[in-house]
Amino acid sequence: MTTMWSELEPILAQVEKPARYIGCEDGAQQPSHDPSLTAWLMLYPDTYEVGLPNQGLQILYEIVNERDDAVAERSYAPWHDMETELRARNLPLFSVDTHRPANEFDIFAFNLSAELTYTNLLNCVDLSGIPVRTENRSLIDPVIAVGGHCTYNPEPIADFVDIVVLGDGEEVVGEITDVLTAWKAELATFDLSDPAAAEACPLTRRDLWARLAQVEGVYAPALYDVTYDGPVITSFTPNHPDAPETIEKRTITDLGEWPYPKNQLVPLTEVVHDRLNVEVFRGCTRGCRFCQAGMITRPVRERPADQVRTMIQDGLKRTGYDEVALTSLSTADFSGIEQVVADSVGQSDGNEGGDNGCSPVSISLPSLRVDAFTVGIAAEVQKARRTGLTFAPEAGSWRMRQVINKLITEEDLYAAVESAFSQGWRRMKLYFLIGLPTETDEDTLGIARLGRNCVEIGKRYHQSASVTLSVGGFVPKPFTPFQWFGQNTGIELQRKVNLLRDDLRKDKSVKLKWHDPSATAIEGLLSRGDRRVGQVIEQVWRNGGTFQEWSEFFELDRWLDAVADAGLTLEDYANRHRTEDEHLPWDHLSAGLHKDFLWQEWRDALAEVGLEDCRWTPCYDCGACTGYALEHVVASATPPAGGSQGTGQDLARGGAVPVTLSPRPVGASAGS
Amino acid sequence: MTPVPPVRLRLRYTKAGKVRFTSHRDTARIWERALRRCRLPLAYTEGFSPRPKMHFGLALRTGFASDCEYLDINLEPGSEVDFAELAQQLSDALPVGIDVTTIAPTPSISAVSLQEAVTSCRWEVELANVSTEKANETVEALLAADKLEVTRFRKGREKTYDMRPTLLALEVLEPVQDRARLAFELGTQPRGFRPDELLAAIDPELVPSYVCRTHQWIDNDGVRTEPLSAPPSPATTDEVAAA
Ligand code: SF4
Repeated sequence: MTTMWSELEPILAQVEKPARYIGCEDGAQQPSHDPSLTAWLMLYPDTYEVGLPNQGLQILYEIVNERDDAVAERSYAPWHDMETELRARNLPLFSVDTHRPANEFDIFAFNLSAELTYTNLLNCVDLSGIPVRTENRSLIDPVIAVGGHCTYNPEPIADFVDIVVLGDGEEVVGEITDVLTAWKAELATFDLSDPAAAEACPLTRRDLWARLAQVEGVYAPALYDVTYDGPVITSFTPNHPDAPETIEKRTITDLGEWPYPKNQLVPLTEVVHDRLNVEVFRGCTRGCRFCQAGMITRPVRERPADQVRTMIQDGLKRTGYDEVALTSLSTADFSGIEQVVADSVGQSDGNEGGDNGCSPVSISLPSLRVDAFTVGIAAEVQKARRTGLTFAPEAGSWRMRQVINKLITEEDLYAAVESAFSQGWRRMKLYFLIGLPTETDEDTLGIARLGRNCVEIGKRYHQSASVTLSVGGFVPKPFTPFQWFGQNTGIELQRKVNLLRDDLRKDKSVKLKWHDPSATAIEGLLSRGDRRVGQVIEQVWRNGGTFQEWSEFFELDRWLDAVADAGLTLEDYANRHRTEDEHLPWDHLSAGLHKDFLWQEWRDALAEVGLEDCRWTPCYDCGACTGYALEHVVASATPPAGGSQGTGQDLARGGAVPVTLSPRPVGASAGS
Repeated sequence: MTPVPPVRLRLRYTKAGKVRFTSHRDTARIWERALRRCRLPLAYTEGFSPRPKMHFGLALRTGFASDCEYLDINLEPGSEVDFAELAQQLSDALPVGIDVTTIAPTPSISAVSLQEAVTSCRWEVELANVSTEKANETVEALLAADKLEVTRFRKGREKTYDMRPTLLALEVLEPVQDRARLAFELGTQPRGFRPDELLAAIDPELVPSYVCRTHQWIDNDGVRTEPLSAPPSPATTDEVAAA
């Protein structure tokens, strides 16, 4: 069986949104398989609409397909109705490119960007006819690999995945292919379909794990044993001579060498972020202490501006999109952003022989910085549709923002908001976190106060001005200074939400939205859990708990029951403060960051001391560059224009406590 | 290769193979991108979010194939378009299974919308694992029926319609392997129904395994024409042939 299309056709006539399963996107590939080639299945464990735009998977899909010794296809979590049909007909999960059965691939590569998708990962593996636990897999079952931000603490899924890949995938995907291609050639010398010959085969799955573990950045969880005492880990030891003590993340040094995706997939049906995406830089050193993405992707590596321009121009021409997003963790920081934006807007102008025909092109800048400079850029790119603008001040008081090192002054925020309202925007959305370390009710209520002040500014320009406050519960993440912090309970978060709701009851122009605190509680369990949490995930999945990212399918009780059945508590994993000497479940992994840097940052946070961006100031030796002999790749030697978020921060106007630089002693490292 | 300055173009295209599982809405978006890729000087609507001026004909149910879908587009006044190249260019920019077969300018002033103009559609329907006898019985039952009722929800309320008056012609075609084949001609005014709805009115078990719209007709006092005549050689992709 190489294609299941004829079996799928009658099913597609019956399920919701069948276009999810047909492939056929512009940019999709139809690779020819061969037993000598290593076949990758790139998987996103959520629906097609959520998973297709994932740039990480699209990049790997192209890089693998460019190789002579490998092919790659894609798959996504089937919706409930499709799953039911597949199970009823005893059909496996399939790829969307050639509709090949998933179990005919050699390796599954899951991108994990959200912890609540873990049960979908198990479901995809099971639907492919592969045992969910590594210990039950045979020699010839596909390798289950995971990558993405969640894998900086893969322990909760350690029993289900053969390998975990840390960091940038561009290079390591080829090295893994090399190992697998050689392994397959070796396996092919045994006739595994003949039981006697199979018996005589000396190779084991454990050998494969050990070989893969030789690739830098690859962690094979089954090669390690863990012991516990109550909630804490007492030892974590390799059980194989070739298993490394510490697994370092992979970092590509020059984004300019990787202009991927070259052929971004253009879906036939509507997906999230349905537009051309061009990654302008990777990494961020602003040092927000709650932000895992900023910590684990250091250092900053900018794409050359000319390459950005080419990728925009060629991408628009090829795809026919009328929108391009310049993606990064803080796009306004890109050196020469104004010029790139100006050029791109000019490019789309058909009357001047532009390259996208005559249609108006809009540019979106996700993750806008909060300052008037940024609004200026936004005004440049949103000439037509000035409906809503989004900022993320993250906390309601200057004190709180010093704790989290998001050093936005109130003046910055008001200047940004004023500039936006005065230039025609009418709606503003502000993102905040609640449940941050040291947060008092005064800090929480500061969110409402900021919202009201912003509306007041807006009313000077438009009678209909409104502000939406979007509030999420804070989940401490591994490899951040807050990894030791005991998360607020769901009940406490709900109390804070209620506090805000009551305070804003009379303000019609300030809308409050919040994330379900019970989902936040479970994210906390999965973010910092150890291997014992695996049985919780498995039980929730076995009881039908898939698509847990979807609020309509999330059921807290199902999780709480599973936690209790496993003899564990949410308090131990999510709400307990850790001490400096505690062995954290991810201590054997390295994101490059020295543990003592993170600990010092945690102390500084509690002392309300800020830390400047290291792009334009002396290095603090966090480890991200120093440990790997890397440097920031930044075109401009001067910090971007703007408010206090640039360097040379004029913070005096924001509050009483000026930022203090805290140089770290070079060489000290507890983390590696 | 004579450049002409049309204002409105009518395009005829196919929808076949895997891509037939895209919805009507998806198809509109696919078209919008393909037209941009071919850098046609589209006319845009005014306002804050300008959209290209495009008008589709009768919607095709997700999963149904077609040899005869239509689309009208407006171009900037005075635009020059090379038709000979354009059909191929568009087909290349569209997914496999959507192929442009004919393009012609239409006078914009007298143009009636496609939905209003079309009076009937011809459909070919395949029924997997249905014998020729069963197919013949079904056809007789449908033709003999006084009423063929279907219930639709409109504005939250159930409404029952009689589909029988729309059944203009029905015949049994040569079977292909174990699949019986029927051809329906169904009227579309004031309201059209689908062949699967008619079949279900006789026997809910009769679910077509494949449905293809082969013609859309405009009846003008007994003279039948198509919005655009079919191309000299029917454009079918390999996938259509396989299906
Ligand atoms: S090593 Fe130094 S320069 Fe590099 S990210 Fe860390 S603090 Fe910044």
